[in-house]
Formats: sequence, C-alpha cells, structure tokens
Amino acid sequence: MPGMIRRIVAASAVVCVFAGVVADVFAQSTADEIAKYRDALQDGNPAELWEARGEEMWKTPRGPKHVAFASCDLGQGAGVVKGAYAQLPRYFADAGRVMDLETRLVWCMVNQQGYTHADATKTVFGNGSAKRSDLEALAAYVTSRSQGVKMNVPLDEPHVHDMYALGEKMFYYRGGTHDFACATCHGDDGKRIRLQDLPNLTKVEGAQKAYTTWPAYRVSQGELRTFQWRLNDCFRQQRFPELVFGSDASIALTAYLAGRANGAEYRGPAIKR
Amino acid sequence: MADPMKIRANVVGDSTEVKVLMSHEMETGQRKDAQGKVIPAWFIQNVRVVHNDKVVLAAQWGPSVAKNPFLSFKFKGGAKGDKIRITWVDNHNDTRTDEATIA
Amino acid sequence: MQRRNIVRTASGALLIAATAGGVLYGCASAPADRADGQRAEAMLKSSFKAHGQATLDRLDQDETQRLCSEYAGRALPQPVAERIEKANLATIRFPADGKLVGDWKSGEKIAQSGRGFQYSDDPTKPAGANCYACHQLSPQELSYGTIGPSLYQFGKRRGFTDETRRYAWQKIYNAQAFNACSNMPRFGHRHILTDAQIRDVVALLVDPASPVNR
Ligand code: HEC
Ligand code: HEC
Repeated sequence: MPGMIRRIVAASAVVCVFAGVVADVFAQSTADEIAKYRDALQDGNPAELWEARGEEMWKTPRGPKHVAFASCDLGQGAGVVKGAYAQLPRYFADAGRVMDLETRLVWCMVNQQGYTHADATKTVFGNGSAKRSDLEALAAYVTSRSQGVKMNVPLDEPHVHDMYALGEKMFYYRGGTHDFACATCHGDDGKRIRLQDLPNLTKVEGAQKAYTTWPAYRVSQGELRTFQWRLNDCFRQQRFPELVFGSDASIALTAYLAGRANGAEYRGPAIKR
Repeated sequence: MADPMKIRANVVGDSTEVKVLMSHEMETGQRKDAQGKVIPAWFIQNVRVVHNDKVVLAAQWGPSVAKNPFLSFKFKGGAKGDKIRITWVDNHNDTRTDEATIA
Repeated sequence: MQRRNIVRTASGALLIAATAGGVLYGCASAPADRADGQRAEAMLKSSFKAHGQATLDRLDQDETQRLCSEYAGRALPQPVAERIEKANLATIRFPADGKLVGDWKSGEKIAQSGRGFQYSDDPTKPAGANCYACHQLSPQELSYGTIGPSLYQFGKRRGFTDETRRYAWQKIYNAQAFNACSNMPRFGHRHILTDAQIRDVVALLVDPASPVNR
C-alpha cells in the first residue's frame, strides 16, 4: 500500500486505504493474499453502499403507479423485510409460482409499481456507475436485514419441495461441449480450479457456507453480485447457453442450495475475491 | 450525482476512529474496454476530513486506489456528538461532501 | 471422419450432427426418477437463451451425458460403466498420418489457456484446453487445480514408449473410454481441440524434454 497514496497529512499515523485492483482469476499470486485482502476489507464492505441505495429505493414511491415497496410481500407480510430472505425461495399464491428474492422484487415492480417486465429487468447485473442495477441494490438491502437469521426455506411446502427436487436434478445435469455439470466442479471436498477453492455444494456444510454469503461484493469486479448472478456466471463457465434471469431453472437451483443451507445463520452480503 | 458516503465515527479512548466507504469508479486510465479503447482515468484526487473547523486528514490519492474505496483512520480528540465533514474531489472536479456525528 | 459432422454456422456456432454424439445403446435399466429427469430437461430448455456460440443445442445430452447425469451421486453399475466406456472407445480416431507427438511448447500454451466455448469467448480464436485448471503438470506452474490427478512426470513414470503415447492420445481424445463419467472433457470427441492441438498436448505429457518430465 505505501507508495500508492502519494501524500497524506493526518493527525494520526493510522491511515489505511485499500488499494490495487485485484486482477482476474488466473493472475493472483496466492490464495493467502486474497484471504488477507478479504479480512482487511470485512470492516468496510462496499456492499453497504448498495444496501444504502437499496434502502432508499425500498422506501420511496416508484414506477408509473408511484408505489413504494411497502406493499410488496416477500413472504412475511406486506413491506416486511426483516428475516424475509432467510425463508426464500417460497411459493407465492398471488403469482402461482415459487420465487426467489430477485424474481419476487421484479414481480412487485411489475404488478404493484406498474413497470413493464422489460423495464424491471433491463439491468439485472450492473456495470459501473453508468449502468447501475436497481435489483442488486434492492437485494443488498433486503438480504442485509436477514443477517444473523437462520436459513429456513419452507421445504415442506409441496411447490418448494418440487422445485428443490428439480434443482437437485439440474445440479447433476451434464451437458455442453465439455460435459460439465455443477457437480463436476462442486461435487468433491477440497478441490480447486487453478488456485480457487471450490466448495463441495453436495454437502450441507458446503452449501451452507456458500449460500449464506451471497449476495457478495466482488472485489475483482467492484460490484455487488446476487445469487442469480452467481448461477449465471457458473453456467457460462459450464459452457451452457445463457441462464435467463428469474427462470425456473435458476429458481430450482436456488431452492436446492438455499434449502440445503437450512439451519445455518445468514451472513451476507459478504465480500469476496 | 455521486452516491453518499457511508461514514462511521466512534470515540475510542482519547481518539476518534473513522471509517468511510466512498462510491467511486476509480478508473486507472490503464484499462481497456471490450473494443480495445482505453477507458479514461477517473479517480478521487483529494480527500479532506474536517473536525470542528480543523483539518484532521488531507490526502492525495492516485489512480491505483481500488474502486469504491474504504478509508479508515484515527485522530486525537473528538467527542460524542461532534460533527465531522468529509469531502472528496476527483480528477473531473466532481465533488461530494458528507457529514457524520461522532458516536 | 468426425470432422465431417461439424457445421460451423455464420455466427460461429457449432452444430454437431446427431451421429457425432450417437445414439449408442438403448438403455433399459432406467432408474425410477427418469420422469424427474425429463421434467428437469424441459425446465432447462425454457430457462436458457442462446448467446453467441453457446446455442440451445448445448443442452441436448448425448447418451453418455444422460447416463452420467442419471447415475450422478451414486455408484455407477458395472455393466453401465462398461457400455459407456465401450461406446466412447469406439469414437477415438488416430490422425491419418499416424503422428501422435507434436511440440510440447505449443502444448504448454494450450494447457494454460482456458479460453474457448464460453459465450464470452471469441469463437474465431483457437480454443485452449485448460489442463492446468484441473491438473498439476509442469512444476514451474504453481497455479494448478486438483480436480484431476497430478500429471507431473507422466511420461517418466509410464515410460517413453509407444504404448504411453497411444494412451495419452486416447485419454485426451476421449477420457471416458477408460473411465466412464470422468469429469475430464472429451477433447477430441467433442471437437474442443483439433488433432494438431492434441498432438502438441500429448507432447507436453510424453516428450522427455517437456518440463512435465524434467
Ligand atoms: C467449470 C467449473 C464450474 C462449474 C461447472 C460450476 N461452477 Fe460454480 N464456481 C466455480 C468457481 C471457479 C467458483 C469460485 C469463483 C470465485 O471464487 O470467484 C464457483 C463458485 C460457485 C458458488 C459460490 C461459492 C462461494 O462460496 O462463494 C456457487 C454457489 C456455485 N459456484 C454454484 C454453482 C452451480 C449451482 C453450478 C451449476 C449450475 C456451478 N456452480 C457450476 C466453478 C464452476
Ligand atoms: C475439468 C477437469 C479436467 C480437465 C480440464 C482436464 N482433465 Fe485430465 N483428468 C481429470 C480427471 C478428474 C481425471 C481422473 C479421472 C480419469 O482418469 O478420467 C483426469 C485424468 C487424466 C489423465 C489420466 C491420468 C492417468 O494417470 O491415467 C490424463 C493423461 C489427463 N487427465 C490429461 C489431461 C490433459 C492433457 C488435459 C488438457 C488437455 C486434461 N487432462 C484436462 C480432469 C480434467
């Protein structure tokens, strides 16, 4: 860090700025470095910037109908945010569908705030200040209000149960040019791709550790990313076509992994490589 | 235009500990976009923190500070309820000032 | 002969004709949850959109992929494993000129590159094999994955023989000929690498001068 900050005049010596763009997947020196960087940043997770923007949005009337999210039911009653994420995905009778957080937010934007589906999903993954995603900010806010709450996806509910089973199938579905399935990269303990540790998502502990830390601020991208993004990007690496945002497959996989995380405390939005 | 900063300031012993998150692209001017065009430099150049009309920190940053920077520092003095004011100015002369109360 | 089954469309998409994957055998011993599998497949179809070279036919499974998905997470019965290996062994082609070993330096580059076949990759650029993503090879490269076993000293350990060279060619061409439902891509069979590229990667494994064997 010294040398990156050219001049500082401070009343005290303890000044700390996080510097350096963390380079791409294969350009890292060691996993230790990444861990150190992450620990250091835990204190000041930029995810909070998204949370703040999302909270503002949640409370402000929006859209053609000028309606705030106060009327949006995430499963715990209209406008209730606290603990809601820990019980998603769940079945929503008004939509006739099992939904994850992001899909439900889009549903409220369309059905209550009057957006078209196209407008509500125009920027699902943001890219810098010129192309910001409302959904990422809203997801950061809502998920942050489940911190410390134990995951409790209602797997007894038949629709959710069904999605969970399909998600499991999908997890093992091999295809594409490379014969990859999620299980290819996430089916064993202690494996890594290059230097990146791969969680064993077929084990409860692996699924818990992974699921409860998303959304996450990705240092390498300078963006807050949601679980929909995580799935989208893993399917890209899997050489599959592009996962449609909020599609049944995305919700099934989310139900599977969130369901397996049941019992673990939610700890997101976290900060990651 | 820029997003507000997230500021936390707490009295710790005889000092005040300040933690600030800023929302900024911090483009180095060395990256290229998908078309191979250089993305112009855009970064915070000056940061100033004022407590009771006294500058407690003034920093000049370069382009190598990470996107959405996190700054943490301590200064001697400061009491619960005091205000601190933080300002940044970037190389586009864009600026933002936010205030926080020491807790 | 395999090559003839590939059609490169204007957009660079790969269409692999049905014969390349092959309906290899009618499997009668379907596990009980076949119906679930079919529902999962239908769900997949409606959940993806074509993006560049990654077209929707990537979701179509060949017989090997289908069986490996069905039995995933539990033991593969021996007869099924044998059928898969036999069918995959039958796909292996040796180069017309019989030359199996190329240039290990170029093989190292191919083993390093993870580019290729993702919709974010440029389909006009040659694809890599990313062997390092899963294997240790040259001891100089510290950034290697552990999904597959270490291949350091592969040639030295197995002997610099014709048999080793032939095995290396075949294993890279179609890993499932030897190990049903292996996690290793079938680089030749699925047209990920060209014959010339496989030759160079074989060299990386079996050339006594390659860093893998030093
Ligand atoms: C080709 C290998 C590969 C495949 C196939 C793959 N992933 Fe991943 N996945 C990765 C890598 C590499 C990471 C770690 C990324 C990082 O650290 O930045 C990862 C990370 C994850 C994470 C986050 C783990 C954490 O602790 O943050 C989840 C969840 C995940 N993958 C789920 C899936 C699912 C579901 C599928 C199937 C749709 C899948 N992955 C397919 C390589 C893969
Ligand atoms: C996605 C991970 C993956 C990639 C990429 C991969 N492999 Fe493998 N490989 C494996 C696994 C897993 C095994 C062990 C199971 C088996 O034998 O099929 C293996 C086994 C092998 C073996 C057999 C080792 C022995 O002692 O019999 C060889 C040789 C090999 N790989 C070479 C390569 C080469 C060369 C490349 C790059 C062209 C490559 N692999 C790319 C996963 C991978």
